[in-house]
Amino acid sequence: MLDKLHENRPAQLIIGLFIGILFGFFLQKGQVTRYEAIVGQLLLMDFTVLKVMLTAIITGMIGVYSLRGVGLVELKIKPGSWGATGIGGLIFGAGMAILGYCPGTTTGAVGQGSLDALAGGITGMIVGGMVYARIYPKIKDNILQKGDFGKLTLPEWFHATIPEAVVGVIMIGLTVFAALEMAGL
Amino acid sequence: MTKTDYGFQGLMLMLLIATLLLLCVDFQAAWAEVGEKAAIHEAMGPVETEGNPLTRKRWSPYTTGIAIGVLSWLAFLLIGKGLGVSSSYAKTSGMVEKAVKGEKVYEIEYYQEKTPKIDTGWMLVFGIIIGAFLSARLSGDFQLTAIPPLWKEMFGDNVLIRIIVAFIGGMVLIIGARWARGCTSGHGITGTLQLAVSSWMALFAFFIGGVITAYLLYAVSAL
Repeated sequence: MLDKLHENRPAQLIIGLFIGILFGFFLQKGQVTRYEAIVGQLLLMDFTVLKVMLTAIITGMIGVYSLRGVGLVELKIKPGSWGATGIGGLIFGAGMAILGYCPGTTTGAVGQGSLDALAGGITGMIVGGMVYARIYPKIKDNILQKGDFGKLTLPEWFHATIPEAVVGVIMIGLTVFAALEMAGL
Repeated sequence: MTKTDYGFQGLMLMLLIATLLLLCVDFQAAWAEVGEKAAIHEAMGPVETEGNPLTRKRWSPYTTGIAIGVLSWLAFLLIGKGLGVSSSYAKTSGMVEKAVKGEKVYEIEYYQEKTPKIDTGWMLVFGIIIGAFLSARLSGDFQLTAIPPLWKEMFGDNVLIRIIVAFIGGMVLIIGARWARGCTSGHGITGTLQLAVSSWMALFAFFIGGVITAYLLYAVSAL
């Protein structure tokens, strides 16, 4: 039933737009589309971004693994390596601190009227994509392959069952929330 | 095999990063100025719990997180994948190049993998603008601004400098996102919720790179 829906291109484009509208709505309602949310988080002065992300991860994890358990969804695990994920992630973090938005919240910031996100952020990201297309052939067979660990998951890595890993992530998340709230952050 | 080969370098790198992070946290105590905190509060406002949720300016971070988490169930069910943003920007780069040089764009290998066409993910990113606009209009939060209050506090009110720095940041951001194969959405929410090791590693790297860079910029602003 769902496979047919996934192959229906016009339906997919409309559903994609609808999901995007909700995503943008929620990001703005959480005020994480603000420069202050991202930079305040990275300066360790405001922890809204971390709270939103960890809550979304826990909620999403419970639902997606339940839906997978009954065969309604398939996982899409991204492969990783130290060279791709580690180095790329550090570069991304630097970009996030300089711009003050991430790709999703830059897009959302445009909707709330932040002209710096439109004139600087979006144009910078489009040019950045062009630059990366030129870098890619030079790094794909060497740096991106360094320390490759493929599509490893946490339960596989820790030799745990999926329910154990899910409960573990929930426990860590709740501990972080409790610590942040007790510290008044 | 390869995992063992790079284990030692990885460990040393982590130690180095941990040291830098400790330095940042140490500086934070001395640098946490009242002006910066006030600017953050001015921009984001207090969490509102009364009245119609649609017209509130700011939801609790936990409510927001639950809403995004439930939305990712819908995404997996209805479009067969989670929320993700950065690859659509790489595709947009390809579309711009395609508009200039036509089919020759496919001579660039990366655009054979990230085809410059409008797809579900691209529509999703376009939808974010509409959704954020609706949210901001409903709460009276929509306002045309070029300088965020915290930026003004740290770097002053020159619009051109803000736009140039944002442009550089945007470039670095997408280069990093495509290098790591995902951004705060694709890795940070969608990948981590699937318990992918790559995505948890990416999330840690985002924060480490981000915290260090944010403190370096903050140090520059204090000069």
